[in-house]
Amino acid sequence: MIPQEFNYSRPGTVQEAVDLLADHDAKVLAGGMSLIPLMKLRLSAPEHVVDLGRIPDLSRITENEGSLHLGALLTHHQVATSALVQEKCPLIAETAAHIGDAQVRNMGTLGGSAAHADPAADYPAALCALEAKVRLVRKDSERVVDIGDFFVDALTTAVEPEEIITELILPVEEAGTGVSYQKLRQPASGFAIVGVAARIRRDGGRIAMARVGVTGLAASAYRAAGVEALLEGSEGSQADVAGASAAVDEGIEAISDLHASSDYRRHVARVYTARAILAAL
Amino acid sequence: METTVTKKTERLIGKPIRRREDPRLITGTATYVEDIELPGMHYAAVVRSPHPAADIKGIDTRAAEQHPGVVAVYTGKDIDHLGAVPCGISLPDLRIPHHHLLAQDRVYYVGHPVAVVVAGDRYIAADAVDLVEVEYEPTDSVSEPEEALEAGAPAVHAEWPDNVAFTHHQEGGDIEKAFAEADVIVKERIVSQRLAPSAMEPRGTVASWNSGDETLTVYSSTQIPHILRTLMAGVLGLPEHKLRVIAPEVGGGFGSKCELYPEEALTAFIAMKIGKPVKWVLTRRDEFLATIHGRGHIDYYELAAKKDGTMLGLRVKIIQDVGSFHMLLTPAMPTLSVLMLPGLYRFKNVHADVVGVFTHRMATDLYRGAGRPEATHGIERMVEVLAAELKMDPVELRIKNFVPPSDFPYDTPMGVSYDSGNYKAILEKAVETVGYSQLRQEQQEARRQGRLMGIGIATYGEICAFGPSPALPTGGWESATVKIEPSGQVTVMTGVSPHGQGSQTTFSQIAADELGVDIDDIVVTHGDTSTVQHGVGTFGSRNTAVGGTALVLAIRELKEKIETYGAMLLESDDVTYGAGVCTCNKTGKTVTLGEIAMTSWTGPTYPANTQPGLVATNYWEPPNFAFPFGAHIVVSEVDPDTGEVAISRYLAVDDCGKVINPLLVDGQVHGGVAQGLGQALYEQVVYDDTGQLVTGEYMDYALPKAAMVPTIETDRTETPSPVNPLGVKGVGEAGTIAASPAVVNSVVDALSHLGVRHIDMPLTPEKIWKLVQQGGSA
Repeated sequence: MIPQEFNYSRPGTVQEAVDLLADHDAKVLAGGMSLIPLMKLRLSAPEHVVDLGRIPDLSRITENEGSLHLGALLTHHQVATSALVQEKCPLIAETAAHIGDAQVRNMGTLGGSAAHADPAADYPAALCALEAKVRLVRKDSERVVDIGDFFVDALTTAVEPEEIITELILPVEEAGTGVSYQKLRQPASGFAIVGVAARIRRDGGRIAMARVGVTGLAASAYRAAGVEALLEGSEGSQADVAGASAAVDEGIEAISDLHASSDYRRHVARVYTARAILAAL
Repeated sequence: METTVTKKTERLIGKPIRRREDPRLITGTATYVEDIELPGMHYAAVVRSPHPAADIKGIDTRAAEQHPGVVAVYTGKDIDHLGAVPCGISLPDLRIPHHHLLAQDRVYYVGHPVAVVVAGDRYIAADAVDLVEVEYEPTDSVSEPEEALEAGAPAVHAEWPDNVAFTHHQEGGDIEKAFAEADVIVKERIVSQRLAPSAMEPRGTVASWNSGDETLTVYSSTQIPHILRTLMAGVLGLPEHKLRVIAPEVGGGFGSKCELYPEEALTAFIAMKIGKPVKWVLTRRDEFLATIHGRGHIDYYELAAKKDGTMLGLRVKIIQDVGSFHMLLTPAMPTLSVLMLPGLYRFKNVHADVVGVFTHRMATDLYRGAGRPEATHGIERMVEVLAAELKMDPVELRIKNFVPPSDFPYDTPMGVSYDSGNYKAILEKAVETVGYSQLRQEQQEARRQGRLMGIGIATYGEICAFGPSPALPTGGWESATVKIEPSGQVTVMTGVSPHGQGSQTTFSQIAADELGVDIDDIVVTHGDTSTVQHGVGTFGSRNTAVGGTALVLAIRELKEKIETYGAMLLESDDVTYGAGVCTCNKTGKTVTLGEIAMTSWTGPTYPANTQPGLVATNYWEPPNFAFPFGAHIVVSEVDPDTGEVAISRYLAVDDCGKVINPLLVDGQVHGGVAQGLGQALYEQVVYDDTGQLVTGEYMDYALPKAAMVPTIETDRTETPSPVNPLGVKGVGEAGTIAASPAVVNSVVDALSHLGVRHIDMPLTPEKIWKLVQQGGSA
């Protein structure tokens, strides 16, 4: 890697990190799975890089009053293999296991993926379906942002330059909730051409709760509210699922690129939405 | 002095000896170009064109030159006295544009080198690249070869407005008669898309000028150190004996390092200019832009046959996407395709027209298979199209048309002579192993269930062991030197330049058996023009067949000398050498190879009319190519909802002649299949309408990863080649050649009941899904 020259800081605590960000025009480095390639290609040339990699507080997994708090620096591998995460929030663990390859899963982080907001990243689909909350910390304050307000556009989030993500807050799944993440892989990068995360809970003979998050189809990940509305209250039959899945791209401007046209992406989104829902049921 | 050579009677040829190269490779102790650090090293970085076609109105290098740490910046005018990047091919109407090391007043492709920056630090060199200001005036460009051939298309080279780089015609038999007699003629347009060779190690060069004795040492990641030396001496105007080329550890090439690239010569030029060693190593992005691409064919096939399936003749028009310049062997690629057009079939009427087309893209040239995959893909697709047309089983159709075993050596209508083979036997073996008739029944059942299961067959013949010298501009012979050191160990110097093939292992096996010594007493060296006798290099599946034969013949010559020394030491005229000892046939007394070697070097006396020392060199010119063959069968299933392809079985049955090391043969088949499957399903070099390279990173260029490659079952038949004393043929390219038609045939087969006859590669899910949609509605 031959990047342009940059200054480098490696804070040991969150406070040191946000102090650095308050004083410098800096880019935050976590696992480096997105920033490093951009710097290698000189598409990104930050003057200052603040490396969060040695902050121990940011790799914790804690359960607190029905919520699971995942530190932003948890690697995909840690999320995928944590027994606690697998038990309390299996969707995020399953999704993490789909990301990239072994090397990427050992280096890439939950917070880094969320902050980068690649339109084809896997995590955002699950985070949307989970109605995750994101804790953002800056020098003198902090705030918690709903995931619906977090992903703004391709590669754009609600994170301000002086802020870092410290944790993602996910719901502990209620008993009886089925989850699934289904994706069509882009063969070169392993990112999702389309990825769909589903959480479904039945009550009696009907679907009481449906949450569907979609990545890859649009400029940023989103909750497919139309699909959820059609599913909730239905019996969840094959026909119900097919009908509901057809709504996944309603009002969406679909991406088109070398690997898939927008029409094909829309079609695959419907197919994979149905598959994710059926797998979750 | 103790002699340490151990006698050995166990034969190693045919045994799965583990690769002797691997410990250094997997422990990171191998030395690649990037690992070479010389005192005072400087670093070169290349400024490349962002435009596919533009006039250069001016280059301002001042800011770069003034950047602290920058030593020099060179542009086109600094090198216009140097020779051109060479093209070694002659064809009657070949048009060769002068290919300067750096662009002069125009750029011709995205990535075209425009200037080179030199600094004492590679980061500074890279920074200074961004400071070179080039004023471009973009002009219209043309990317697609068929568009380039249209009237009024932008001319890549102004002097040749039709964009025709060359034409080539070859025919055999009577094509008009064959087509007149045909009951059925099937036609198809078949594309073999551009591919990026993707060697694991990018290209790179280190050059060091010794101003005292005016010699230049060049370390380069190359497959052809000796040829590179000749070419580079010519480009630089340096006497060849003042130039030493070393190919250190080379991390793959697949043909892409059989060149003299502009950057290699530039690195040498700069080292001579500044009097300091210079290193230049390509980034992966630049590797995509500026290393040759493979394939790039658009082919129009017409196959004529009788109703009973007897194939009569083949008419082919090949459009070869050349790119903007020829590299070393570019025009030869489609001419190699032409040689293999008839495949394994015995029809005698073939008519081939080739047109090479200039486009505003990087040059194409040899990539694993080099012309033969395109031809094999074509004929093996056409056989399937014919089978579908005639509603014949594709196995039966092939067997009906195969050259029979009794016809070898078999003279093809393309003027080559297939050395040996039994095509029916290998296909029958594959069919039996895979359980073909059972699979056909399963396919019927799958279709009843609405599933799309396909069975794909590809048979192939390959022209390899390059080759007789008339077929190559470089000479087609190969060399070997065998030296028994005074202490008895064996040093082999081979003229080939292995870069992943495992030839240090196979050549050690050959030498161990021929000399009857322990494999650990043998060292195989290569790749240094100062220490190894002249050689040709590694490409075209030639190492073992040609280089291995030179080794055998050198050892056989040496054995006579060993016996001469043995006779002297045993004081007998009747001695025989074998298994590391020379034995007197009368007394049974023995003397070891080590004792003989020591005597041969240190005396005190030598046999009459015999020179001191045990060393022999052989340069072997093969009388013919060798022609491996095989049958691959693929079972796949297409997801009707999304068009995704899943391969459930891959069987490769290959015949590469005598096998020296089955482990290495399997490895070559695995790697080759992975690359052929990559072409079939995933890989494509894409330039957009504006001439920009879209697939400039592995984020978009889909090289198959291990998890994307199915389990490959391998099996073999073994038909010795009569061309060389080892009976070997070659296996480096076979898997790649067989895999693309086998995979595509399986997917087309899965969709055949929907009326699908052909799909061009790569078989992306979207492409297949659309065909399923159309089939469903048709």
